[in-house]
Amino acid sequence: MIAPSARPKLASKAMLRRDKQTGKDVLLYPEKGLVLNATGAAILRLCTGERDYQSIVLELSASFGESAPAALEGEVESFLRTLAERGLVEGLEP
Amino acid sequence: MSSGERVYTLIAELTYRCPLRCPYCSNPLDYQERKDALATSDWLRVLTEAEALGALQVTLTGGEPLLRDDLEALVAHARSLELYVTLITSGVPLERPRLAALRDAGLNAVQVSIQAPSADESDRLAGTRSFEHKLEVMRWVKELGLPLTLNAVLHRQNLGSVPQIIALAEQLSADRLELANTQYLGWALVNRDALLPGEAELALARNAASLAKARLKGRMEVLFVLPDYYSDRPKACMNGWGQRYLVVTPDGQALPCHLAHTISGLEFQNVREHSLAEIWQSSPGFMAFRGEAWLPEPCKSCDQRQLDFGGCRCQAFQLTGDARATDPVCSLSPQHGIVQAARLVAKAPSDLVPLRYRGSRQNVATPKP
Ligand code: SF4
Ligand code: SF4
Repeated sequence: MIAPSARPKLASKAMLRRDKQTGKDVLLYPEKGLVLNATGAAILRLCTGERDYQSIVLELSASFGESAPAALEGEVESFLRTLAERGLVEGLEP
Repeated sequence: MSSGERVYTLIAELTYRCPLRCPYCSNPLDYQERKDALATSDWLRVLTEAEALGALQVTLTGGEPLLRDDLEALVAHARSLELYVTLITSGVPLERPRLAALRDAGLNAVQVSIQAPSADESDRLAGTRSFEHKLEVMRWVKELGLPLTLNAVLHRQNLGSVPQIIALAEQLSADRLELANTQYLGWALVNRDALLPGEAELALARNAASLAKARLKGRMEVLFVLPDYYSDRPKACMNGWGQRYLVVTPDGQALPCHLAHTISGLEFQNVREHSLAEIWQSSPGFMAFRGEAWLPEPCKSCDQRQLDFGGCRCQAFQLTGDARATDPVCSLSPQHGIVQAARLVAKAPSDLVPLRYRGSRQNVATPKP
């Protein structure tokens, strides 16, 4: 599990924007881009480097109407770890 | 317009001018006779129109884009359109304050190329002294918080130094390392016999790259691009002709690929005379190889055709004289013999094969390694 006090943030090479043609959010980085689903985009919007992981998960659970944050946590963690492996997210260690 | 094609990336070649003279430059062979004709206002409009067509990224390249003094203005405009802006530069001429200004204008990423991991070799290959300055530029890139891509163009004269190039990239904390073998088009085709590596050297370098890739996962992205000549199948040229990329040259021509104008008989349009949308959607040059209707045999009935689209049109043209031919790199091409012959030459020692530098008319003999 990612430590509750970790402060994840987008790496400086990544830029999040809306693709006007499809209405989807995309994460751009050198030579490439990833199309995000609504959950992924919501997670990344909260990864500013200012909020800690625990509050990110709480806020996501609230906004998805999920009463058990633990259920969501696994999903958030694996998403962030996948992006960290590509060097797109930093700060998973507190 | 058939379905699927959309501009994702605009490649803006801002100038043909460049202080270096690499023997594998992909700029046109007659670049000295060409002029940079686009004004700042033209480029601003091109950026706006490309974004409207769907572009998410813009690559500012050349020649050497730093030689344009409106670079900051172009970066700022691209960023205001929310384009992801990458600058490809040799690092010459660049001082730290200008790099900081470019960052403040909204630059997202910087790519610097080196010719070899040491000053002597690098400077010999670039035909100028530039290596030490490049190192300094790369340190500034990181210090200013910008992501750094280190790009090394590989060929038989520097392939053996891939491990040192990897070490250098680590030392500089590069975010991405591109070990890209020269493709034999333009200047590199003129110099092919001096540049094309043998298969064994290539395998060693490739192995070093894949070890580094596994080891550096999450810290540095490592990319190794084979020369087409050693692949059995051609690569998917820019994801298909006129499918995702749009190149605009310093004189304003809009092309599906940066070498498309080397194919004679194709008609390309100029952004000073037509809108980008018109050019993208219906100009004869973009339509020429879009889709599958034009494909020759054996591609037409090949099950790979949606993966590689019959290969590189420029390569087909430069090697066979016919841009509609199957790329001779493909082992199914009736003209594959041309590529096999070049591989044979690559097995021979190369010490005495002269390099022809971009911009020079006489041959320059290369010293022994
Ligand atoms: S046609 Fe050839 S040179 Fe042009 S982009 Fe495609 S692969 Fe590259
Ligand atoms: S025959 Fe054509 S489509 Fe098939 S692999 Fe070769 S180049 Fe590609």
